[in-house]
Amino acid sequence: MPAIEVILGGVILGGLYALVAIGFNLQYGMARIVNLAYGEFLMGAAFAAFWMFTLFRINPIVGMLFSVPVSFGANWLIYRALMLPLVRRARTRQQLEGETILATFGLLFVLRGAATLAFSADNRYYDYLGAPLQIFGFTFAANRVLAFAMACVFGGAIWLVLNRTRFGAALRALAIDPIGAELVGIDVRGLSGLAFAAGGGLVAAAGTLVSTFLSFNPAIGIDFTMKALVVVIMGGIGNMGGSLIAGVLLGVAEALCSYYIDSGLTLAVAYALFLIVLVVRPRGLFGTP
Amino acid sequence: MTSTETHKDARIRRTRVAAAIATLAVVVGALATVPWLVSDYGLSLMVNVMSYLVLTIAWALFSGTTQLVSLATSAFFGIGMYTVAMLIKVLPLYATFGVAIGVGAAVALVVGVLTLRIAGMFFVIFGFGLSEMIRELTVWWEINQTHTMGRYVFVDFDTTMIYEHLLGLAVLVFLTGWLLRRSRLGLALLVIGEDETVARQVGINVPFAKVTIFIVSAMFMTLTGALMAPRFGFINPNFAFNPLVSFQVVIMAFLGGLQQLWGPVLGVIPLIILSEQLQTEFPFWYSVFLGLVFMVIVYFLPRGVTGLLEDVWAALGRPLELPRGFAGPLLDAWAWLSRPISLPRGIAGAIEERWSKFMPRPTQRR
Amino acid sequence: MQMQLRQTVSAAVLAAFGTIAGWTANAADAPKTIRIGYAISLSGVNAQGAATTTLPGYDLWVKDVNDAGGIFVKEFGKKIPIEVVAKYDDTSSAENMLRLEEKLMSQDKVDFVLPPWSTGFNLAAAPIFAKYGYPDLAVTANSMDEEQLVKQFPTLFFFLNQPPHFGGALIEVLNKYKNAGQLNNKIAMLSVGDQFGAEMSAGFGAGLKASGYDIVLQKSYPLGAADLTNEIKEAKASGADTFIAASYPPDTFMLTGTAITQGYNPKVFYTAVGTAFAEYGGNFKDKAQGVMGIGGWDPSLPGAQDYFKRQLAVTGHAPDGWASPVTYASLQILQQAIEKAGTLDRKKVLDTIVNGGPWDTVVGKVDLKTHIRETQWGAGQWQNGQFVGVSPSSMPGAQPVIFPKPAW
Repeated sequence: MPAIEVILGGVILGGLYALVAIGFNLQYGMARIVNLAYGEFLMGAAFAAFWMFTLFRINPIVGMLFSVPVSFGANWLIYRALMLPLVRRARTRQQLEGETILATFGLLFVLRGAATLAFSADNRYYDYLGAPLQIFGFTFAANRVLAFAMACVFGGAIWLVLNRTRFGAALRALAIDPIGAELVGIDVRGLSGLAFAAGGGLVAAAGTLVSTFLSFNPAIGIDFTMKALVVVIMGGIGNMGGSLIAGVLLGVAEALCSYYIDSGLTLAVAYALFLIVLVVRPRGLFGTP
Repeated sequence: MTSTETHKDARIRRTRVAAAIATLAVVVGALATVPWLVSDYGLSLMVNVMSYLVLTIAWALFSGTTQLVSLATSAFFGIGMYTVAMLIKVLPLYATFGVAIGVGAAVALVVGVLTLRIAGMFFVIFGFGLSEMIRELTVWWEINQTHTMGRYVFVDFDTTMIYEHLLGLAVLVFLTGWLLRRSRLGLALLVIGEDETVARQVGINVPFAKVTIFIVSAMFMTLTGALMAPRFGFINPNFAFNPLVSFQVVIMAFLGGLQQLWGPVLGVIPLIILSEQLQTEFPFWYSVFLGLVFMVIVYFLPRGVTGLLEDVWAALGRPLELPRGFAGPLLDAWAWLSRPISLPRGIAGAIEERWSKFMPRPTQRR
Repeated sequence: MQMQLRQTVSAAVLAAFGTIAGWTANAADAPKTIRIGYAISLSGVNAQGAATTTLPGYDLWVKDVNDAGGIFVKEFGKKIPIEVVAKYDDTSSAENMLRLEEKLMSQDKVDFVLPPWSTGFNLAAAPIFAKYGYPDLAVTANSMDEEQLVKQFPTLFFFLNQPPHFGGALIEVLNKYKNAGQLNNKIAMLSVGDQFGAEMSAGFGAGLKASGYDIVLQKSYPLGAADLTNEIKEAKASGADTFIAASYPPDTFMLTGTAITQGYNPKVFYTAVGTAFAEYGGNFKDKAQGVMGIGGWDPSLPGAQDYFKRQLAVTGHAPDGWASPVTYASLQILQQAIEKAGTLDRKKVLDTIVNGGPWDTVVGKVDLKTHIRETQWGAGQWQNGQFVGVSPSSMPGAQPVIFPKPAW
């Protein structure tokens, strides 16, 4: 197997990590909420895609037209109803982080428990776009490549919005300095709510894509949340490009490890890479000090 | 403890210390007899309480003072447990405890030094990543070296012994916390927690203070894990390095409140009892109810049970005010329930308004 | 010291209670119900396994027994229904599981305790079952140390044989085609990074080497791996005719899906846990044809088809072709042992389980003299929409193997 094929496989896997992380970064980097229930929406979207596909034969990509807006709305409500009171009463960023972690940790359990009651704890799996796709003469699964392509599309769209629009400029200001942003007349809370909701929409898209090639059950959410946290922290909080690069870096590291070292060490190597990055750059790869 | 302390102050302080020690002795003495008073199940519940008590107080030693939230608890707990599991066939039990503490302290030293510059959320997730990495490495080692993934721990060290040892450890960690609060190191850590730059400028040896307390805290966690190993006839790395332990400790500490040394006690006991009730009485609803309780804690008990007790205490100090008699509040409640519903800002607006009413305003906070 | 004192005190207390109980209770008073309890993972990472393999069997058995009016207990001269008095969630935490087992046995004092899910949990719980003298019908457990463990814990029973049994069953199939010159001696073997994967690959590996096979690729991958494309590509490039994966359900599905995508068509494609799931056939449909996997069952056994239909109807879960029917069978044994012993006395029931066999169950005759179910399917294969047992060929009802596996 040529090295380029291994790396390409890693990039495709890393695209998935990046996609999951970018949504999280919108919620954490922009809206300043550490949402531990983030992965539960990924799980929910995966189930939605599964039921739509198995019951009504609805194409999962089409199904996104339903699950993404629903998740967007649900996350907006969560921000307004559950997070805003905490934002209001928090005196420091540290206190806000602590309280949102606890609140969303509770939310995680509620949503996961509800999903178990509603869908049962079984593993689910369905087959969509498992067809082979040739890239530079190497064979990859079409559904995985699709997830990567979507990560690029969403990443690019968010990059454009952030860097080419007034709205994006306001969001960036929010990420860097919320108090300063408020002083220059930016509606911090409204904007934060939108960023939070956008993160929720994105994770629903990620969940739909993940469900096409990974089996899932109501307990998988936290794994993706923690993966997203690791990627966001590694790339730098609030830095979308950082998340993209960190995600791809992890994917490539895992692929290289599985081929050249040992498949059994892939996760260990991924965590080791993360720890090393933090030791060398305590605020992530592209974090502002 | 200042130089201006009067003779009388000193006497009062000595009396208070003596009273505290006497109370502690009575409480510990009573707790030590528990194994002879309760069923086997009651005892294992007490073992659970005691182990989380040590973990939570040990966690608060470091995180309560430095304000760095650590999710590395399960890493050290797991190191303790798995070291015993790996060595139990070649070393006597107490020797395995000793080795475990040594390994835990060594890892804590390395991690403590490496994470000196890391703060906030970065530190939180570092701890998580550390624990996961150690688990993955342990799994890999076991699979490639022993071709299985678990160890039998058959040793003559029953639940009573585990409990009594954990009780001793709890006393030790409690005393450590008490002494820390009265030491230069404790003061230094508080300053670091408030502002590390200031701490450095007033001449505190920040790295030394942080790493020292991190190691002390980690040693307690490691020993707890080591003591818990004989509970299991069989241990695999997933039992030992369970990330939920880290999360649970943080929640217990926050629930109890960190202002008081005994705060964690008020977090550990209710949460364990509640969790046990949910697991046995509402097995299918465990996750949902537990989650709701976490949320109630955040929204209605932002200062933990300790804070609640302080509020109740303060309220009891005030006379009950009922200018319109007992009927007054009832009439108010009726009026509130029967008023017309208006939603000028939609349901979301109403929900938001309602929440903001429940939330204490910043001025009301301590 | 403490231990001795504690034992003395509890013995004295027990003796006192025993005397009082003896005065008040009449031995002929029949209990209203046979009280059953269990602690199992209803939430957390293990919940999916328990929900698929174990819980439907428990639910169905309780319903079946009570629909028939209960279990006849001679000592009381009548049928007594079963009551599940305690159903606890161990939240996928081993410490919680241990404590809840102690609650069931030392506080709730139920008549019988059904085991938890997963090898690790069952191995950890075995000392507690032994301490309190509860029969421990550990179905979802599998270990290289079974023979020692059942000696150490006289209440423990294993229903899945040790890894070399499963390896041997597959090797029997491989040898047939290798000796006929239809299969090369190269093996590509993957295993999941868990006890199961490690012991299976060790058990298979030893047997394969002894039979002259060359393991050209051997790798383990972590539990929860998100991508196994490289592993399948390597297996494809290895030139091995036989692909073996000691896998768990999520990776079983992922490996199969990836093999289809990559056009990897070894002559023998074998995956482990999950292959026998009804969902496997449901998902891969005709592509499942010829896929081999761990376990197997014989649908022609008396009661087997009926059991399959009822479990689907009652619990909504189609049983798999391996551990689900065994779970139900283990409870059938418990039921028959209570009837045969004519008492709810656990010691006597335990002796009867050991010596009263062989027992008639939905998986055929089961004998537990050695505390290990020795005779059982080792390897099965998807054939025309059903996962059937193919090896060892000495098993009654063994189907001929489809070889080579048809291309996907």
